[in-house]
Amino acid sequence: MIKRTALYAAHVAEGAKLVDFTGWEMPIHYGSQLDEHHIVRSSAGMFDVSHMCVVDLHGIRSRDMLRFMMANDVAKLDGQPGKALYSCMLNERGGVIDDLIIYHMDTAWYRLVVNAGTRNKDLAWLAKHASSFDVDVIERDDLAIIAVQGPEARARVHTVLGSAVSRLSRFSAAEEGELFVARTGYTGEDGYEIVVPVEQAEDLWHKLRDAGVLPCGLGARDTLRLEAGMNLYGQDMNDDTSPLISGLAWTVALQPEGRQFIGRERLEAEREQGVTQRLVGLLLEDKGVLRAHQRVTIEGLGEGETTSGSFSPTLGKSIALARVPVGDAERCSVEIRNRQLTARIVKLPFVKNGKPSY
Amino acid sequence: MSNLPQELKYSKSHEWVRQEEDGSVTVGISDHAQGLLGDMVFVELPEIDREMGVEEECAVVESVKAASDVYSPVAGTVTEVNAAVEDSPELVNQDPYGEGWLFKLRDVSGLDDLLDADAYAATVEE
Repeated sequence: MIKRTALYAAHVAEGAKLVDFTGWEMPIHYGSQLDEHHIVRSSAGMFDVSHMCVVDLHGIRSRDMLRFMMANDVAKLDGQPGKALYSCMLNERGGVIDDLIIYHMDTAWYRLVVNAGTRNKDLAWLAKHASSFDVDVIERDDLAIIAVQGPEARARVHTVLGSAVSRLSRFSAAEEGELFVARTGYTGEDGYEIVVPVEQAEDLWHKLRDAGVLPCGLGARDTLRLEAGMNLYGQDMNDDTSPLISGLAWTVALQPEGRQFIGRERLEAEREQGVTQRLVGLLLEDKGVLRAHQRVTIEGLGEGETTSGSFSPTLGKSIALARVPVGDAERCSVEIRNRQLTARIVKLPFVKNGKPSY
Repeated sequence: MSNLPQELKYSKSHEWVRQEEDGSVTVGISDHAQGLLGDMVFVELPEIDREMGVEEECAVVESVKAASDVYSPVAGTVTEVNAAVEDSPELVNQDPYGEGWLFKLRDVSGLDDLLDADAYAATVEE
């Protein structure tokens, strides 16, 4: 049975093209994915991301549990209520179960936002370890999430919610009445992710719409995150890839050395033996469109594969993330329909503040 | 409902065919097809003089979302391709039956096996 978010009726009324997205009927676009992409880069767009799952951890040992279960260290958040941390949750083999954002609300409450496609797996994994820490894992099905993103996103949200939230620093969150407002996102633009009780979601959506925030689909969200050099779980990393070969080494906290966390031994062994692959950005120099799972060849180094690829609306060129052998290289070739096309290996992100940054 | 000119012929794989007065045909993809694919960002067209059989893969249209093969709806030889859509793929979205045409064929056979607008409309009804 396909699931619908609290904003389903609003999407239909806006003429959304709806698709099955990991079991959820979600808008891919409302007319033009390209237009929606440009709206977020130039003014303000909003996304229904209620398919993602809010999970609250309650218990005095929540911090200990997260320090054991996450590759990043929530101790970095100590003494900073509202502050957020991006982390991978690893299995014993060092593979990525999911990537998520952890908000430190108070000493006995952490809020996680996890991916839709991994919801059940994540909840089972959390539940498995929660009992030994005496922590309650609460799936918040009563909440919807609206992401408002773009250079004008914050100003427009302030006209709806008042200016109290304007004090939020980047990568932190606060409760605002019944809302939970986080200055986070998945587009490379500034903005907020607003967690709202499902029964108020449609009203908030319409108020934002009236404030000039345009609805954008998950299609644009994907090209925006790719331009921003952000990984997508299930494509750029999964249960069988470690963060070290997924461009996520920066999210792994091996300091302090005494912190034991699930997957640590495998990551240390991998690092000791020498990491053999890395995730890089590719910019196609020839005409064509990079897609996931195309073969990449780097002369003298070997073969790899694109993990995400698309047309970049901001750059007007095709871009991709690819897992390739480590080593110095400026260019590679990518096989597209039996032809070898040339791509440049570039520094991520592809786009920053609406402009090329590679 | 998508736009379906009555004077054109259609294939089940969503190409349209216009018979020109000189006996050649012009080929493109239907309004329904461009709507499904979404914003076009890349078009790859066949080489001039290529001889094609019916339902042969002969072009590729790529939207932001996905790549899709275009099949030759009839047999024939390529006489001309629309260079304008290579530079401006969005023409396929904006004007699928006009400025967004893809290629022209001569020495055509297989026209009788194509669908008329009503028969094509019946195949795409959900």
